[in-house]
Amino acid sequence: MKPLHDIRNDFPILQQQVYGKPLVYLDNAATTQKPQVVIDAVCDYYRNDNANVHRGVHALSERATAHYEQARDALVAFIHAGNRREIIFVRGATEAINLVAQSWGSTNVQAGDEILISAMEHHSNIVPWQWLCERTGAVLKVIPMDDSGALLMDAFDTLLSERTRLVGVVHQSNALGTINPVAEIIAKAHAVGAKVLLDGAQALAHVAVDVQALDVDFYVTSAHKMYGPTGVGMLYAKEALLDAMPPYQGGGDMIRTVTFERSEYNDLPYKFEAGTPNIAGGIGFGAAVRYVQSLGVENIAAHEQQLLEYATAQAQACGYIRLIGTAEHKASVLSFTVNGVHPHDLGTILDRDGVAIRAGHHCAMPVMQFFGVPATARASFAVYNTQQEVDVLFAAIEQAHAMFQ
Amino acid sequence: MFDLRSLYQQVIVDHSKAPRHFGVLTPCSHDADGHNPLCGDHLHVYLQVANDGQIVDASFEGEGCAISVASASMMTEAMIGHTVTEFEALFDRFQKMVTSPVDEALDDEAMGKLAVLGGVREFPSRIKCAILCWHTVKSAITAQGGVAHTE
Repeated sequence: MKPLHDIRNDFPILQQQVYGKPLVYLDNAATTQKPQVVIDAVCDYYRNDNANVHRGVHALSERATAHYEQARDALVAFIHAGNRREIIFVRGATEAINLVAQSWGSTNVQAGDEILISAMEHHSNIVPWQWLCERTGAVLKVIPMDDSGALLMDAFDTLLSERTRLVGVVHQSNALGTINPVAEIIAKAHAVGAKVLLDGAQALAHVAVDVQALDVDFYVTSAHKMYGPTGVGMLYAKEALLDAMPPYQGGGDMIRTVTFERSEYNDLPYKFEAGTPNIAGGIGFGAAVRYVQSLGVENIAAHEQQLLEYATAQAQACGYIRLIGTAEHKASVLSFTVNGVHPHDLGTILDRDGVAIRAGHHCAMPVMQFFGVPATARASFAVYNTQQEVDVLFAAIEQAHAMFQ
Repeated sequence: MFDLRSLYQQVIVDHSKAPRHFGVLTPCSHDADGHNPLCGDHLHVYLQVANDGQIVDASFEGEGCAISVASASMMTEAMIGHTVTEFEALFDRFQKMVTSPVDEALDDEAMGKLAVLGGVREFPSRIKCAILCWHTVKSAITAQGGVAHTE
């Protein structure tokens, strides 16, 4: 991987000061910053190629279509999909899960069936399944976790049954950092005939993913958590599943012919892409994937792991910090509370030192309830963070702690 | 630039660590729940209002950040002994203080001890923390049973 200094220079936003202090951006689990190549890809589209895709016969539309579809091909290669028909562009991981819950769920889930999710899911992997269960009479069950934030796999074995239609699990927890044993989950789910959806919104920038080797049925992610633009994401699904699923939304691009009597749907992947898509976002997504590939996911993960271990050691040495999420397999997320300092006060105090962290429930209220805290502070790392920034973080935490003594 | 210590003044830290009038109030004529689901701030306020409209006693319980706890603690101190009408006038002045433009001078004298919470207007994401308890009292007085929000 190229030197850290050069990587930081790829991200223009990192060069700024906040309240007179150098920006220390440690809110990467909320969204990552964007490298110049992504910014340029979005700008170049609007500056040079702006046109609608898939329908124009003119030069601009052909260029726009080519760049947009190249992004799809970049994703095929990145996650080792079988082919480009298996990559559906959506607004983000949230929309992808809603798409599966509505489209696949409406034809595959009935009263008495069970949907299995985990205790550490983001709200986006809870609410769509609650709705599906309300609509169909299916039952939502939850795989519990232990005090470290690791899934209780014995309990998973017990919950899994012939009634389980789908297991929806986060690949890497945004609130805890836990990386779940997804290969084992998929193998066991398939053994009882259940499908598996993995929420990869956090994971894809930190963990190398091969959807075919995993044999996962659905894999979803958002571009903006892996150095790409907001408002665009991906649903990967096995082609046979997508073929059998009804369309999610009706409109342009997803049809082949329309009469007032009936409509014939377009081929994959367009069957699930109604309306003019986020073309600039898709092109930026492609640039982000190529950027991550140029650094190497394994190299990114190794760098972040060093930072996480360095930060964890400092937190443990403090005496007044409680770590929330200490699973053996975790990555890039340090969730914690500071004795005597509410996370929101901590967030405000750190902000004035130029340190951006997240304070809150991380859209995972059940996780907060499990650990008995209203909120946590969360520092989350990306490829451009440094050990020196971790030192700044802990110096600022020490100052905040002292204020409330 | 605004000094952080102007927000987390010692008086605010003190009230947050040792809130006054904290706990259930009996007897109590009015009470209400206040909840800020985005923050997780949650409090319950209790009032004992006499027939002549005087707030004889007040208390609160719950959990939240230093700003929300200090604001509730100082609010109870400011309202006890005053009438409901006087509270409503104070509510308006408090709301104006924490939402006024940063470059507008504050009337510290009119706000008394509550003036220390004026610093919160420098922190837009924290204004709701300071004002939750005030909305909660207002809902206790005006609409029994509802849950107050600041969103």
